[in-house]
Amino acid sequence: MQPSPPASGAAAPSTPSHPQSPRDLFVSFTFLALQGFGGVLAIVQREMVEKKKWLTPEQFLEDWAVAQVMPGPNVINLALMIGDRYFGLRGALAAVAGMLTVPLFVILALAVLYAHYAGNPQVAGALRGMGAVSGGLIAATGIKLIPQLRKHPLGFATCLAFVALVFGAIAWARIPLGWVLLVLGGVACGWTWKRIAP
Amino acid sequence: MNIVMHWHDWLALFGQYMLLSMLSISGAITTVPDMHRYLVAQHGWLTDAQFTSSVAIAQAAPGPNVLFVGLMGWNVGLNAGGGIGAGPSAWLLGLFGLAVTMVGIMLPSTTLTYFATRWGHRNRTRRGVRAFKQGMAPVVVGLLIATGWVLAAGNHVGNAPAWHLWLLTGVAALIVWRTRIHLLWLLGAGAALGAIGFV
Repeated sequence: MQPSPPASGAAAPSTPSHPQSPRDLFVSFTFLALQGFGGVLAIVQREMVEKKKWLTPEQFLEDWAVAQVMPGPNVINLALMIGDRYFGLRGALAAVAGMLTVPLFVILALAVLYAHYAGNPQVAGALRGMGAVSGGLIAATGIKLIPQLRKHPLGFATCLAFVALVFGAIAWARIPLGWVLLVLGGVACGWTWKRIAP
Repeated sequence: MNIVMHWHDWLALFGQYMLLSMLSISGAITTVPDMHRYLVAQHGWLTDAQFTSSVAIAQAAPGPNVLFVGLMGWNVGLNAGGGIGAGPSAWLLGLFGLAVTMVGIMLPSTTLTYFATRWGHRNRTRRGVRAFKQGMAPVVVGLLIATGWVLAAGNHVGNAPAWHLWLLTGVAALIVWRTRIHLLWLLGAGAALGAIGFV
Protein backbone atom coordinates (compact mmCIF):
# COMPACT_ATOMS: atom_id res chain seq x y z
CA MET A 1 0.00 0.00 0.00
CA GLN A 2 3.06 2.29 0.22
CA PRO A 3 2.81 4.84 -2.62
CA SER A 4 5.95 5.34 -4.63
CA PRO A 5 5.93 8.74 -6.32
CA PRO A 6 4.69 8.03 -9.85
CA ALA A 7 2.14 6.33 -7.63
CA SER A 8 -0.51 4.32 -9.34
CA GLY A 9 1.01 5.78 -12.52
CA ALA A 10 0.02 4.06 -15.76
CA ALA A 11 -2.72 6.56 -16.50
CA ALA A 12 -0.20 9.38 -16.50
CA PRO A 13 1.71 8.69 -19.73
CA SER A 14 -1.46 8.74 -21.85
CA THR A 15 -2.14 12.38 -21.02
CA PRO A 16 -0.06 15.00 -22.79
CA SER A 17 0.84 16.93 -19.61
CA HIS A 18 0.87 16.52 -15.85
CA PRO A 19 1.25 18.51 -12.62
CA GLN A 20 4.82 19.46 -11.67
CA SER A 21 4.61 18.96 -7.89
CA PRO A 22 2.17 18.69 -4.99
CA ARG A 23 2.51 22.46 -4.69
CA ASP A 24 1.38 22.78 -8.31
CA LEU A 25 -1.62 20.60 -7.44
CA PHE A 26 -2.46 22.75 -4.41
CA VAL A 27 -2.26 26.02 -6.33
CA SER A 28 -4.10 24.67 -9.37
CA PHE A 29 -6.96 23.29 -7.31
CA THR A 30 -7.16 26.47 -5.25
CA PHE A 31 -7.61 28.57 -8.40
CA LEU A 32 -9.98 26.01 -9.81
CA ALA A 33 -12.14 26.04 -6.67
CA LEU A 34 -12.22 29.84 -6.54
CA GLN A 35 -13.70 29.97 -10.05
CA GLY A 36 -16.46 27.52 -9.18
CA PHE A 37 -19.53 29.48 -8.23
CA GLY A 38 -22.39 27.16 -7.38
CA GLY A 39 -20.24 24.06 -7.76
CA VAL A 40 -16.84 23.24 -9.17
CA LEU A 41 -17.57 20.42 -11.59
CA ALA A 42 -17.89 22.54 -14.75
CA ILE A 43 -14.58 24.19 -13.90
CA VAL A 44 -12.86 20.87 -13.26
CA GLN A 45 -13.75 19.72 -16.76
CA ARG A 46 -12.67 23.03 -18.34
CA GLU A 47 -9.37 23.28 -16.42
CA MET A 48 -8.25 19.66 -16.06
CA VAL A 49 -9.34 18.34 -19.46
CA GLU A 50 -9.38 21.29 -21.84
CA LYS A 51 -6.71 23.65 -20.49
CA LYS A 52 -4.15 21.74 -18.44
CA LYS A 53 -4.85 18.38 -20.11
CA TRP A 54 -4.05 16.42 -16.95
CA LEU A 55 -6.94 14.15 -17.87
CA THR A 56 -8.23 12.95 -21.22
CA PRO A 57 -12.01 13.18 -21.71
CA GLU A 58 -12.22 9.38 -21.32
CA GLN A 59 -10.32 9.47 -18.03
CA PHE A 60 -12.50 12.33 -16.82
CA LEU A 61 -15.63 10.33 -17.53
CA GLU A 62 -14.31 7.19 -15.83
CA ASP A 63 -12.89 9.02 -12.81
CA TRP A 64 -16.06 11.03 -12.45
CA ALA A 65 -18.12 7.84 -12.41
CA VAL A 66 -15.99 6.48 -9.59
CA ALA A 67 -16.01 9.79 -7.69
CA GLN A 68 -19.78 9.81 -8.03
CA VAL A 69 -20.50 6.41 -6.56
CA MET A 70 -18.06 6.72 -3.65
CA PRO A 71 -19.40 8.47 -0.55
CA GLY A 72 -18.31 12.05 -0.05
CA PRO A 73 -18.31 15.20 -2.15
CA ASN A 74 -17.74 14.28 -5.80
CA VAL A 75 -15.32 17.02 -6.74
CA ILE A 76 -13.27 16.35 -3.60
CA ASN A 77 -13.10 12.66 -4.50
CA LEU A 78 -12.05 13.60 -8.03
CA ALA A 79 -9.32 15.95 -6.75
CA LEU A 80 -8.13 13.20 -4.41
CA MET A 81 -7.91 10.71 -7.29
CA ILE A 82 -6.04 13.10 -9.59
CA GLY A 83 -3.60 14.05 -6.82
CA ASP A 84 -3.03 10.42 -5.86
CA ARG A 85 -2.41 9.40 -9.47
CA TYR A 86 0.56 11.74 -9.83
CA PHE A 87 2.07 12.09 -6.34
CA GLY A 88 0.52 9.42 -4.13
CA LEU A 89 -0.79 10.38 -0.72
CA ARG A 90 1.05 13.73 -0.73
CA GLY A 91 -0.59 14.63 -4.00
CA ALA A 92 -4.01 13.57 -2.78
CA LEU A 93 -3.69 15.69 0.36
CA ALA A 94 -2.36 18.67 -1.59
CA ALA A 95 -5.22 18.54 -4.09
CA VAL A 96 -7.92 18.23 -1.42
CA ALA A 97 -6.35 20.94 0.74
CA GLY A 98 -6.18 23.23 -2.30
CA MET A 99 -9.83 22.61 -2.99
CA LEU A 100 -10.91 23.49 0.57
CA THR A 101 -8.54 25.85 2.39
CA VAL A 102 -8.86 29.21 0.65
CA PRO A 103 -12.53 28.73 -0.33
CA LEU A 104 -13.33 28.12 3.36
CA PHE A 105 -12.01 31.56 4.29
CA VAL A 106 -13.85 33.14 1.37
CA ILE A 107 -17.11 31.55 2.42
CA LEU A 108 -16.67 32.69 6.03
CA ALA A 109 -16.19 36.26 4.82
CA LEU A 110 -19.30 35.92 2.67
CA ALA A 111 -21.32 34.55 5.58
CA VAL A 112 -20.38 37.59 7.66
CA LEU A 113 -21.22 39.97 4.77
CA TYR A 114 -24.47 38.17 4.03
CA ALA A 115 -25.85 39.12 7.44
CA HIS A 116 -25.76 42.77 6.27
CA TYR A 117 -27.06 42.50 2.69
CA ALA A 118 -29.49 39.58 2.79
CA GLY A 119 -32.53 41.83 2.38
CA ASN A 120 -31.26 43.65 -0.72
CA PRO A 121 -33.29 42.57 -3.82
CA GLN A 122 -30.38 43.24 -6.21
CA VAL A 123 -28.15 40.90 -4.22
CA ALA A 124 -30.84 38.22 -4.18
CA GLY A 125 -31.39 38.69 -7.94
CA ALA A 126 -27.67 38.44 -8.68
CA LEU A 127 -27.46 35.18 -6.74
CA ARG A 128 -30.43 33.85 -8.69
CA GLY A 129 -28.88 34.79 -12.04
CA MET A 130 -25.62 33.11 -11.09
CA GLY A 131 -27.54 30.02 -10.03
CA ALA A 132 -29.28 29.81 -13.42
CA VAL A 133 -25.95 30.15 -15.23
CA SER A 134 -24.26 27.53 -13.05
CA GLY A 135 -27.06 25.09 -13.93
CA GLY A 136 -26.27 25.70 -17.60
CA LEU A 137 -22.56 25.17 -17.00
CA ILE A 138 -23.08 21.76 -15.44
CA ALA A 139 -25.53 20.64 -18.13
CA ALA A 140 -23.02 21.67 -20.81
CA THR A 141 -20.33 19.61 -19.08
CA GLY A 142 -22.52 16.56 -19.62
CA ILE A 143 -23.41 17.48 -23.21
CA LYS A 144 -19.74 17.85 -24.11
CA LEU A 145 -19.06 14.28 -22.96
CA ILE A 146 -21.70 12.76 -25.25
CA PRO A 147 -19.29 12.29 -28.22
CA GLN A 148 -17.13 10.08 -25.96
CA LEU A 149 -19.99 7.58 -25.87
CA ARG A 150 -19.55 6.81 -29.60
CA LYS A 151 -16.71 4.39 -28.73
CA HIS A 152 -18.74 2.71 -25.98
CA PRO A 153 -19.13 -1.11 -26.05
CA LEU A 154 -22.91 -0.76 -25.74
CA GLY A 155 -23.16 1.32 -28.90
CA PHE A 156 -24.05 4.97 -29.23
CA ALA A 157 -27.84 4.58 -29.44
CA THR A 158 -28.08 2.44 -26.30
CA CYS A 159 -25.89 4.92 -24.45
CA LEU A 160 -28.15 7.81 -25.45
CA ALA A 161 -31.13 5.83 -24.19
CA PHE A 162 -29.40 5.44 -20.81
CA VAL A 163 -28.61 9.16 -20.74
CA ALA A 164 -32.29 9.95 -21.38
CA LEU A 165 -33.50 7.43 -18.77
CA VAL A 166 -31.20 8.78 -16.08
CA PHE A 167 -32.16 12.35 -16.92
CA GLY A 168 -35.87 11.51 -16.74
CA ALA A 169 -35.51 9.59 -13.48
CA ILE A 170 -33.59 12.36 -11.71
CA ALA A 171 -34.90 15.60 -13.23
CA TRP A 172 -38.56 14.72 -13.77
CA ALA A 173 -39.48 11.72 -11.63
CA ARG A 174 -37.16 12.90 -8.80
CA ILE A 175 -36.27 9.34 -7.91
CA PRO A 176 -33.63 9.18 -5.14
CA LEU A 177 -30.17 9.00 -6.64
CA GLY A 178 -29.22 5.83 -4.79
CA TRP A 179 -31.96 3.90 -6.58
CA VAL A 180 -31.10 5.37 -9.96
CA LEU A 181 -27.44 4.41 -9.56
CA LEU A 182 -28.32 0.96 -8.28
CA VAL A 183 -30.88 0.08 -10.96
CA LEU A 184 -29.86 1.96 -14.13
CA GLY A 185 -26.16 1.91 -13.22
CA GLY A 186 -26.42 -1.78 -12.38
CA VAL A 187 -28.09 -2.64 -15.69
CA ALA A 188 -25.60 -0.54 -17.66
CA CYS A 189 -22.60 -2.13 -15.94
CA GLY A 190 -23.99 -5.64 -16.22
CA TRP A 191 -24.74 -5.21 -19.90
CA THR A 192 -21.28 -3.75 -20.53
CA TRP A 193 -19.77 -6.68 -18.65
CA LYS A 194 -21.43 -9.08 -21.08
CA ARG A 195 -20.37 -7.05 -24.13
CA ILE A 196 -16.67 -6.84 -23.24
CA ALA A 197 -16.40 -10.61 -22.84
CA PRO A 198 -12.94 -11.68 -24.00
CA MET B 1 -29.65 32.40 19.51
CA ASN B 2 -27.70 31.17 22.54
CA ILE B 3 -26.96 27.55 23.26
CA VAL B 4 -24.69 25.60 25.57
CA MET B 5 -22.36 23.02 24.01
CA HIS B 6 -20.63 20.54 26.32
CA TRP B 7 -17.67 18.53 25.14
CA HIS B 8 -19.88 15.48 24.72
CA ASP B 9 -22.20 17.55 22.48
CA TRP B 10 -19.26 18.38 20.23
CA LEU B 11 -18.29 14.72 20.21
CA ALA B 12 -21.84 13.73 19.25
CA LEU B 13 -21.82 16.34 16.47
CA PHE B 14 -18.52 14.97 15.20
CA GLY B 15 -19.83 11.40 15.28
CA GLN B 16 -23.01 12.37 13.47
CA TYR B 17 -21.04 13.98 10.64
CA MET B 18 -18.70 10.99 10.39
CA LEU B 19 -21.79 8.84 9.95
CA LEU B 20 -23.31 11.15 7.34
CA SER B 21 -20.00 11.13 5.51
CA MET B 22 -20.33 7.42 4.82
CA LEU B 23 -23.93 7.89 3.68
CA SER B 24 -23.25 10.79 1.34
CA ILE B 25 -23.22 8.83 -1.88
CA SER B 26 -22.98 11.32 -4.75
CA GLY B 27 -22.32 14.31 -2.57
CA ALA B 28 -22.99 15.86 0.81
CA ILE B 29 -26.03 17.69 -0.53
CA THR B 30 -28.03 14.46 -0.39
CA THR B 31 -27.67 14.38 3.41
CA VAL B 32 -29.08 17.88 3.95
CA PRO B 33 -32.50 16.62 5.10
CA ASP B 34 -30.87 14.49 7.78
CA MET B 35 -28.62 17.35 8.92
CA HIS B 36 -31.72 19.50 9.31
CA ARG B 37 -33.39 16.82 11.41
CA TYR B 38 -30.33 16.53 13.67
CA LEU B 39 -29.22 20.17 14.08
CA VAL B 40 -32.53 22.04 14.00
CA ALA B 41 -35.32 19.67 14.98
CA GLN B 42 -33.65 17.30 17.42
CA HIS B 43 -31.02 19.45 19.20
CA GLY B 44 -32.01 23.04 18.44
CA TRP B 45 -28.37 24.02 17.84
CA LEU B 46 -29.27 26.07 14.74
CA THR B 47 -32.32 28.11 13.76
CA ASP B 48 -34.12 27.29 10.53
CA ALA B 49 -32.88 30.55 9.00
CA GLN B 50 -29.26 29.79 9.93
CA PHE B 51 -29.58 26.35 8.42
CA THR B 52 -31.02 27.42 5.06
CA SER B 53 -28.73 30.41 4.69
CA SER B 54 -25.73 28.14 5.27
CA VAL B 55 -26.75 26.08 2.25
CA ALA B 56 -27.66 29.11 0.12
CA ILE B 57 -24.41 30.98 0.76
CA ALA B 58 -22.32 27.94 -0.10
CA GLN B 59 -24.25 27.50 -3.36
CA ALA B 60 -23.54 31.09 -4.35
CA ALA B 61 -19.93 31.19 -3.13
CA PRO B 62 -16.92 29.89 -5.03
CA GLY B 63 -15.67 26.47 -4.06
CA PRO B 64 -17.09 22.99 -3.58
CA ASN B 65 -20.69 22.88 -2.32
CA VAL B 66 -19.63 20.77 0.66
CA LEU B 67 -18.43 23.97 2.36
CA PHE B 68 -22.02 24.50 3.53
CA VAL B 69 -21.20 21.86 6.14
CA GLY B 70 -18.44 24.09 7.52
CA LEU B 71 -20.81 27.04 7.71
CA MET B 72 -23.22 24.98 9.81
CA GLY B 73 -20.43 24.15 12.26
CA TRP B 74 -19.39 27.81 12.28
CA ASN B 75 -22.93 28.85 13.19
CA VAL B 76 -23.22 26.21 15.93
CA GLY B 77 -19.97 27.54 17.41
CA LEU B 78 -21.16 31.15 17.19
CA ASN B 79 -24.41 30.23 18.91
CA ALA B 80 -22.46 28.47 21.67
CA GLY B 81 -20.23 31.52 22.07
CA GLY B 82 -23.08 34.03 22.35
CA GLY B 83 -23.35 35.17 18.70
CA ILE B 84 -21.04 36.93 16.25
CA GLY B 85 -21.23 40.16 18.27
CA ALA B 86 -19.74 38.50 21.35
CA GLY B 87 -16.19 38.95 20.08
CA PRO B 88 -13.12 36.79 19.49
CA SER B 89 -14.09 34.00 21.88
CA ALA B 90 -17.27 33.37 19.86
CA TRP B 91 -15.29 33.52 16.61
CA LEU B 92 -12.82 30.96 17.94
CA LEU B 93 -15.69 28.67 18.90
CA GLY B 94 -17.11 29.21 15.42
CA LEU B 95 -13.82 28.13 13.85
CA PHE B 96 -13.74 25.12 16.16
CA GLY B 97 -17.27 24.18 15.09
CA LEU B 98 -16.26 24.57 11.46
CA ALA B 99 -13.32 22.22 11.98
CA VAL B 100 -15.50 19.64 13.78
CA THR B 101 -18.10 19.42 11.01
CA MET B 102 -15.67 19.66 8.08
CA VAL B 103 -13.27 17.00 9.41
CA GLY B 104 -16.26 14.84 10.34
CA ILE B 105 -17.81 15.00 6.88
CA MET B 106 -14.50 14.62 5.00
CA LEU B 107 -12.41 12.06 6.89
CA PRO B 108 -14.36 8.78 6.48
CA SER B 109 -15.39 9.30 2.85
CA THR B 110 -12.01 10.47 1.59
CA THR B 111 -10.22 7.64 3.39
CA LEU B 112 -12.54 5.10 1.82
CA THR B 113 -12.27 6.69 -1.63
CA TYR B 114 -8.48 6.77 -1.37
CA PHE B 115 -8.14 3.06 -0.71
CA ALA B 116 -10.98 1.97 -2.98
CA THR B 117 -9.69 3.88 -6.01
CA ARG B 118 -6.19 2.50 -5.44
CA TRP B 119 -7.62 -0.99 -5.39
CA GLY B 120 -9.60 -0.22 -8.54
CA HIS B 121 -6.52 1.15 -10.28
CA ARG B 122 -4.38 -1.90 -9.45
CA ASN B 123 -7.15 -4.11 -10.78
CA ARG B 124 -8.06 -1.91 -13.72
CA THR B 125 -7.58 -4.66 -16.29
CA ARG B 126 -10.15 -6.90 -14.57
CA ARG B 127 -13.31 -7.32 -16.58
CA GLY B 128 -15.50 -6.32 -13.63
CA VAL B 129 -13.62 -3.06 -13.01
CA ARG B 130 -13.66 -2.15 -16.71
CA ALA B 131 -17.36 -2.99 -17.00
CA PHE B 132 -18.10 -0.79 -14.00
CA LYS B 133 -16.15 2.20 -15.27
CA GLN B 134 -17.41 1.99 -18.84
CA GLY B 135 -20.93 1.00 -17.90
CA MET B 136 -21.32 4.03 -15.64
CA ALA B 137 -20.29 6.47 -18.38
CA PRO B 138 -23.74 7.03 -19.96
CA VAL B 139 -25.31 7.15 -16.49
CA VAL B 140 -22.87 9.88 -15.47
CA VAL B 141 -23.61 11.94 -18.58
CA GLY B 142 -27.33 11.71 -17.83
CA LEU B 143 -26.70 12.69 -14.21
CA LEU B 144 -24.73 15.78 -15.18
CA ILE B 145 -27.43 17.07 -17.48
CA ALA B 146 -30.08 16.33 -14.84
CA THR B 147 -28.07 18.13 -12.14
CA GLY B 148 -27.90 21.23 -14.32
CA TRP B 149 -31.65 21.00 -14.86
CA VAL B 150 -32.45 20.60 -11.15
CA LEU B 151 -30.16 23.48 -10.19
CA ALA B 152 -31.77 25.76 -12.74
CA ALA B 153 -35.30 24.75 -11.76
CA GLY B 154 -34.63 25.23 -8.05
CA ASN B 155 -33.80 28.86 -8.70
CA HIS B 156 -37.18 30.13 -9.73
CA VAL B 157 -38.41 32.19 -6.78
CA GLY B 158 -38.27 35.73 -8.22
CA ASN B 159 -40.94 37.84 -9.88
CA ALA B 160 -39.62 37.50 -13.44
CA PRO B 161 -41.29 34.88 -15.68
CA ALA B 162 -39.84 31.38 -15.46
CA TRP B 163 -38.90 31.27 -19.16
CA HIS B 164 -36.34 34.06 -18.57
CA LEU B 165 -34.53 31.75 -16.20
CA TRP B 166 -34.66 28.79 -18.58
CA LEU B 167 -33.48 31.00 -21.42
CA LEU B 168 -30.51 32.14 -19.35
CA THR B 169 -29.67 28.55 -18.36
CA GLY B 170 -30.03 27.34 -21.95
CA VAL B 171 -27.94 30.12 -23.45
CA ALA B 172 -25.25 29.56 -20.80
CA ALA B 173 -25.19 25.84 -21.62
CA LEU B 174 -24.98 26.58 -25.35
CA ILE B 175 -22.11 29.04 -24.91
CA VAL B 176 -20.10 26.67 -22.72
CA TRP B 177 -20.72 23.83 -25.14
CA ARG B 178 -19.72 25.70 -28.31
CA THR B 179 -17.08 28.20 -27.12
CA ARG B 180 -14.12 28.42 -24.77
CA ILE B 181 -15.10 31.70 -23.13
CA HIS B 182 -14.01 32.00 -19.50
CA LEU B 183 -16.79 30.78 -17.21
CA LEU B 184 -16.48 33.77 -14.87
CA TRP B 185 -17.75 36.07 -17.68
CA LEU B 186 -20.89 33.98 -17.90
CA LEU B 187 -21.43 34.01 -14.14
CA GLY B 188 -20.87 37.76 -14.11
CA ALA B 189 -23.43 38.21 -16.87
CA GLY B 190 -25.88 36.04 -14.91
CA ALA B 191 -25.32 38.14 -11.79
CA ALA B 192 -25.88 41.37 -13.75
CA LEU B 193 -29.09 40.06 -15.37
CA GLY B 194 -30.32 38.98 -11.95
CA ALA B 195 -29.47 42.31 -10.33
CA ILE B 196 -31.48 44.28 -12.94
CA GLY B 197 -34.44 41.94 -12.42
CA PHE B 198 -34.37 39.92 -15.67
CA VAL B 199 -34.50 36.61 -13.80
